[in-house]
Amino acid sequence: MMKKNAMIDRYRWWEVVLMYCGIFVFLFFVLAPFIEGFLVSLKPLGLLFSTPYKFLPENGSFKAYFTMWESVPEFGRYIFNSFFISTVITVVVLLLVVPASYAFARISFRGSGTLLGAFLAVNMFSGAVLLIPLFRLMRAYGMLNTYWAMIVPGVAFLIPTAIWLLSTYMRRIPRELDEAAYVDGASHFYILRRVILPLAMPGITVVAITTFIGAYAQQFIFALTFNSKTEFMPLPIGLYAYFGRQEVIWNELMAASFVGITPAMILIFALQRYLVAGLTAGAVKQ
Amino acid sequence: MPGQKSAVIFAWILLIPALAYVAAIVVYPLLQTVNLSFTNASLRRTTDYIGWENYAKIFDAEFATIIGRTFLWTFLSVSIKMIIGTGGAMLLNAALPGRALFRILTMPPWIVPMAIGIFMWGWMYNGQFGMISGLLQRFGLVDGPVAFLAYGNTAFWATIITDVWIGVPMVTMYMLAAVQSVPQDLHEAAWTDGASRFYRMRRITLPMIFPAAITMSMISLISTFNSFDPIWILTQGGPSGSTTTMIIDTYSTALGSKKFGEGAARAVVICLFLSAFALLYFRAITKLSKRMTT
Repeated sequence: MMKKNAMIDRYRWWEVVLMYCGIFVFLFFVLAPFIEGFLVSLKPLGLLFSTPYKFLPENGSFKAYFTMWESVPEFGRYIFNSFFISTVITVVVLLLVVPASYAFARISFRGSGTLLGAFLAVNMFSGAVLLIPLFRLMRAYGMLNTYWAMIVPGVAFLIPTAIWLLSTYMRRIPRELDEAAYVDGASHFYILRRVILPLAMPGITVVAITTFIGAYAQQFIFALTFNSKTEFMPLPIGLYAYFGRQEVIWNELMAASFVGITPAMILIFALQRYLVAGLTAGAVKQ
Repeated sequence: MPGQKSAVIFAWILLIPALAYVAAIVVYPLLQTVNLSFTNASLRRTTDYIGWENYAKIFDAEFATIIGRTFLWTFLSVSIKMIIGTGGAMLLNAALPGRALFRILTMPPWIVPMAIGIFMWGWMYNGQFGMISGLLQRFGLVDGPVAFLAYGNTAFWATIITDVWIGVPMVTMYMLAAVQSVPQDLHEAAWTDGASRFYRMRRITLPMIFPAAITMSMISLISTFNSFDPIWILTQGGPSGSTTTMIIDTYSTALGSKKFGEGAARAVVICLFLSAFALLYFRAITKLSKRMTT
């Protein structure tokens, strides 16, 4: 088997060259903004605006990475807010989604298919369509300009994919296990807590990671609309305020962006196997 | 499983928190949007029902242009995402040294805060100092600096490309999973019969991943139609409305001009289109699964 595969996958030299060229172009497209952003962060502000365009920085330095802490005084706060908001969202989503997924995956009841479909339909509507009533709802409950303004709507739009992922995972746990426990007189609650939960832990981990990343990567529109207090702003909105100014200190903005995304980058390398599972399973909605 | 009735009750107890949450934060606001669309709600204290007036007001030539532009923008963005993503998936599937690393390197746009990636694109599009204009000038393809976001035509494409960039990791990973699920024996049988690599790609891989491509395009269609961040950050719908899609239009009507009633009417039109897409999606899926089983 191995040998046959090896032969079928043997490429001629020009095929290898062609494919590496293709991969290079593809990855260049994907990574170009990061390359550019990184190079900009190294260039001294004065040289940044020099023409003609120079790809590589002359007298590049990491100075912007130190000076930005003074130019963007709230920077640490923004990063903390981003992580805080994403963490709370993840916890709330898990609290709502774990029981619901158990119900969908392990108990057959009338209308479960339709209900699951209804949950998935939530994915269709972006927050933008619901902003006006949400704005009024937040105002009515005094949640505007608080962390809740970003947490409450954030949770709602991460529930569907999380339920889908986790119920698919739980469905794969063999039925015999809970049946045996049931025959021994265990209650449904006991089965959920002592049989299914421990076995579903890897699935719950994947859901937690994808939910966290979803919450971390997509925080923009709610934070833009429902919060105007600097002390609650997540990183993207905090930096957006600087981005919109007349005189943007580009090298520091880019440096700040890089420091801000470093935790996410570390996550990618540490958890990439989970990510692929989450990314692809999240897309499968058949 | 025994104890059917108590099990069903238990199921509903488990579902209630999630159901209540979605009902309060998604379903109720959705109904509110429909309700608001028949009023003249704004920042004023009083709100009156004005019937279909908002709808009569919004359906003018400009709105028709915005709808047309939204469809063109969405169609182009989804098509390019699918082409780049499928091509990328095939390349990342090839048994080449380094492919594990290449796969990881595909993910950053998906994983970093979207807005930050878009800031970086904003710099790239800058005419004086950005990479794209700079490289084009260096290679002599354009004479002077090109400020991509300053002209309607180039801004339109610039926002599409940035949106494509955000969507590519997901399409690539999804299509990669599809490519990997093509049975290896099909390739082996064809290979034994002397089929070339290109022939096998055209006659085995592409037909086999076609259903996955349809599913992915539909999912992508809905999220692309809803796309807000790239356009809002790069151009806010400008210059002179050339990148104003329906979502951007709704946002600026409702929250820019604070015309809540009129904005709600525009949002309802978006929801109608989205429902049509969802219907299309389910029909495509059922048709495909029928064709696959018979």
